Amino acid sequence: MKRGASSGWRGLPPLLFALPLLFLLLFYLYPLAAIIGLSFELGGGAGRLFSPAIWRVIRFTFAQALLSTLLTLLAGLPGAFIVARYDFPGKSLFLALTTLPFVLPTVVVAAAFSTLLARFDLRYTLTAILLAHLFYNEALVIRMVGSFWRTLDPRLEEAARLLGASPWRAFREVTLPLLMPAIESAALLVFIFCFTSFGVILILGGPRFATLEVEIYRQAIAFADFPSAALLSLLQIGFTLAATLLYTRLEARHARPLRLRRRERERKRPTGAVRWAVYGYLLATLGYLVMPPATLVARSFGEGLGFYRALFYNPRRSIFYVPPIEAMRNSLLFAAATMGTALVLGLLTALLLHRRRGGEWLDALFMLPLGTSAVTLGFGYLVAWGKPCCDLRGTALLIIAAHTLVALPLVVRAILPALRAIRPALREAAALLGATPLRRFLSIDLPLTWRALAVGALFAFTVSMGEFGATSLLARPERPTLPIAIYRFLAKPGASNYGQAMAMSTLLMGLSLLAFLLIERLHPPEGWLA
Amino acid sequence: MRRWMLLMMLIGLVLTACAPHRAAPATPTAPSPTVLRVMTHDSFSVSEEVIARFEREHNVKVQFLQAGDAGTMLSQAILSRDNPQADVLFGVDNTFLGRALEADLFIPYHPAALDRIPAELQLDPEDRVVPVDYGDVCLNYDKRYFAEHDLPLPEDLADLTRPIYRGLLVVENPATSSPGLAFLIATVGRFGEEGYLAFWEQLAANDVRVVDGWETAYYGEFSGGAYSEGERPLVVSYATSPAAEVYFSEGALDEPPTGAIVAPQTCFRQIEFAGILRGTKEEALARAFIDFLLDEPFQRDIPLQMWVYPAREGTPLPQLFIDFALQAEEPITVPAEQIDARRETWIRDWTEAVLH
Repeated sequence: MKRGASSGWRGLPPLLFALPLLFLLLFYLYPLAAIIGLSFELGGGAGRLFSPAIWRVIRFTFAQALLSTLLTLLAGLPGAFIVARYDFPGKSLFLALTTLPFVLPTVVVAAAFSTLLARFDLRYTLTAILLAHLFYNEALVIRMVGSFWRTLDPRLEEAARLLGASPWRAFREVTLPLLMPAIESAALLVFIFCFTSFGVILILGGPRFATLEVEIYRQAIAFADFPSAALLSLLQIGFTLAATLLYTRLEARHARPLRLRRRERERKRPTGAVRWAVYGYLLATLGYLVMPPATLVARSFGEGLGFYRALFYNPRRSIFYVPPIEAMRNSLLFAAATMGTALVLGLLTALLLHRRRGGEWLDALFMLPLGTSAVTLGFGYLVAWGKPCCDLRGTALLIIAAHTLVALPLVVRAILPALRAIRPALREAAALLGATPLRRFLSIDLPLTWRALAVGALFAFTVSMGEFGATSLLARPERPTLPIAIYRFLAKPGASNYGQAMAMSTLLMGLSLLAFLLIERLHPPEGWLA
Repeated sequence: MRRWMLLMMLIGLVLTACAPHRAAPATPTAPSPTVLRVMTHDSFSVSEEVIARFEREHNVKVQFLQAGDAGTMLSQAILSRDNPQADVLFGVDNTFLGRALEADLFIPYHPAALDRIPAELQLDPEDRVVPVDYGDVCLNYDKRYFAEHDLPLPEDLADLTRPIYRGLLVVENPATSSPGLAFLIATVGRFGEEGYLAFWEQLAANDVRVVDGWETAYYGEFSGGAYSEGERPLVVSYATSPAAEVYFSEGALDEPPTGAIVAPQTCFRQIEFAGILRGTKEEALARAFIDFLLDEPFQRDIPLQMWVYPAREGTPLPQLFIDFALQAEEPITVPAEQIDARRETWIRDWTEAVLH
């Protein structure tokens, strides 16, 4: 492990690196401490918690998360390979479409999904949960691993082949070990997402299944048993910490500096027998990932453009009516702000983690927000940032902070493997040639991690577009996002409400799709790369 | 060049996103009105002109805070008790009332209009909260299914365990849903604390389906609504849902495709209350707002905004309600103290009996 031995950015002002820590302190640790302290202060209820039922919940939470992660890796890795190695028509559209599930609120997905599940009699089963988790997370694997794979130097594998290794052996002994850091990064994220799964479990799994997250919600809302909810939240955070530490161990063993390539190697169209396998996989994946959203779109046109037109009227003159354009604008603004802050903080965090020896604990600290219950954190914000001196409740700042907190780990996980794979010799050479730290960063690290940064940006944007749980606690009703507007329609009976919810979902998807394609097109300007 | 512009656009977006909350305090209207903050749940709604009238009369800006479903709102109010987010809270119902009162969230106030509100809706003798509206949680049925299969409607909750209704009913989980909790309490009221679990075990044996919340039950499992996708013709919903089906069909339906069963002892009446939050700095205005909630303009506005009934006696109802909305003939009542003392136990026992 030579990481950290040669940081290229020693000259950057150290205060800059304090920013992510400050952010974490203000918008994660402080609210968390505030809510947990208050919960125990309020008292009552605790003690009944550690019944056999709770062990059942813990066991199930682990089991479903492990199974979901395995399934997602199995299904996603071939996709990562294809995306890295081959060109095919409509590739960027394919990538954008596979990312769509990320923005869709669970209630909406569940509606489309359950029709599909009912056909195979799978509703309210463990299989339904696993399939939904696959649906939501497959893009993470395809994108994170795929973008890393693309930058690997193919000559290593080619050399192995020249020396007589079979393609399988060359993959297993050369490429796979090199890929491990990216695979582990993606696997950790998928695991934590599934570990803290809420909507999927409630709606598609049905009430027979409960994860810790569901149990926390039950304790905090149905029973108002705040100490139990706080204890369970701590337990959930503890498990996340353990999982992340395990990951950092593995990752440290596997990460190594590589000869990364900025100019990607020529990718070719698949030919021969491979072609059928590749197109078969692409069609199957697309079919699986796109069918539920397509059902929603079809339903939104159930009365021609009727539901869309209805979005623009407020016949009951309700004060909570939201013009769709405004909801789109709110969503876009929050998402863009989240992307901006998450990118800046994420890049700084990744540099900080990269250059520090023994950064595992720090690394784990930055992952914890993902493993923290949304209800707990949402309430934490309201308690911590509701003091008379500094009442931020209802401001856009809290929403952006909450979204950034979830987006940050994604950005860090996307960047870190790429950053660690940069050979220190490059930076050393640049330093010898007299390049300033900023210059070294701009001309070495930034170009070589650009693709990873773009993936991080994309997920930060997506997370914010689709976020519902924390937003619903923090947003003012007059400034709702698209997911909140969707829920408002779904909460009432009647054809036009349902139709308008579907129309609003379609707008959410369309807008996200446009944004994905746009982000995909961002590249570093040539001038930076001298 | 174009890429730079894209980048600049994104940065611009980020900046504009940060701007609004800094610019917000500058309200243009002349002698800057006071702000009255009202915390409600997601189902709260009111017409613009009704609120505008209150704002004009009292030179106040009413700022609503929708704090999730009723349970989430209450937990939120309890947790932020020391620094309340609002001056008035609207929407705590009789299934959660005890918890709110126990947490000492409210300052008592006795509005004059309470005389016009039926005594059976007034559950807090100390006037910490006042009833504003009520609605009945009742079984809804798919008219077409019952006609096609020539099935009689269930007239008693006990009927639901009969084999002819096997696999027909979908209910909401009382731990995660407000109508689900209301229905569980209804069964306790109907069969007593000794009998309700046995009823539920029979119901489970009769293939009842339990889902997380009303949306999944009504849209995903129920077969009756215009856009419902499910196959089960019986669902726990509200007595006004059929009227909402007509209203939200936008003229496509003259008559609801669903019906509500309002037979005696089958429904639970949810009463919604409002109260002045302790710690308010605008107590006089908060009182005026409570008066306003019980005053006729707001009361008349309730049915079509929230699909429940106004608490004030003699409030005229919209024609749609007269034609299609029903009221429980003799709702099941369970004393508020009993609900409050036993709510958690019922949910836990129910979970063990029905889900495991």
